[in-house]
Amino acid sequence: MTTESLRITRRGIIGAALLATIAPRRLSATEAEMRAAIRERIGEAKPQLGRVRLDLPPLAESGNSVPVGVSVESRMDAQDHVRRIMIFSERNPRPHIITVWPGPDSGRAEFTTRMRLSGTQSVLAIAELSDGSFWLDQVNIMVTIGACDSLMFRY
Amino acid sequence: MPATRIRVPATAKRGEIIEIRTMIVHPMENGFRFESQGQLVPVNIIDRIEIRFNGAMIYRAELGTGIAPNPYLSFFTRVTESGRFTFLWHDDTGEVTEASAEIEVS
Repeated sequence: MTTESLRITRRGIIGAALLATIAPRRLSATEAEMRAAIRERIGEAKPQLGRVRLDLPPLAESGNSVPVGVSVESRMDAQDHVRRIMIFSERNPRPHIITVWPGPDSGRAEFTTRMRLSGTQSVLAIAELSDGSFWLDQVNIMVTIGACDSLMFRY
Repeated sequence: MPATRIRVPATAKRGEIIEIRTMIVHPMENGFRFESQGQLVPVNIIDRIEIRFNGAMIYRAELGTGIAPNPYLSFFTRVTESGRFTFLWHDDTGEVTEASAEIEVS
């Protein structure tokens, strides 16, 4: 019985290896910084998945300028509209990318811009609605050459 | 004064939702770059964009260093009367760049 439970199984090794790769990333400073940046702007609110769509290509060759768009499902009238939309990056040196306040007369809660990405990472869009609820979308993007990698060569 | 480009439709129907596109020529210095003498280039980004219609604020954005150089922003707004859009870009040196466009609503 005891020998059985102590046996080193293949499953055990694979599990430990997986944990070793995942665990340090969970604790990485920049992800904590992103959480701090989000908390700074939305407080203790817990955004739910849905209603927001973050448009980002799955792959970018250069992180210097990546087109990004966010749209939020909303009637956009005086009762039901989007108060603000925010974009956060998990691994950029400064996680807050942009916040927009569309206002109830916008008609459509949608905007596009171009962002910098320091490398392969996930990007978050969070929207605050007029009823006080928060909604979220997350996209993973692969970046071949990050915006920070090429800094030294751009005088 | 930095060059700006804005695209606003010249005419629209009352209540129509129009798309507005804006861009300003700006380096968006993120404060991580060194110039050729080895000195750190200070942060200088467009940190705020305001859009007014006939003087009233209709849209605003706060930008971080994660926005690419020559910041571009496109968004939507509903027009109910003829008037003038004013665009204001604020950067970290305190410089404010202004541009405007007229729209005729029928």
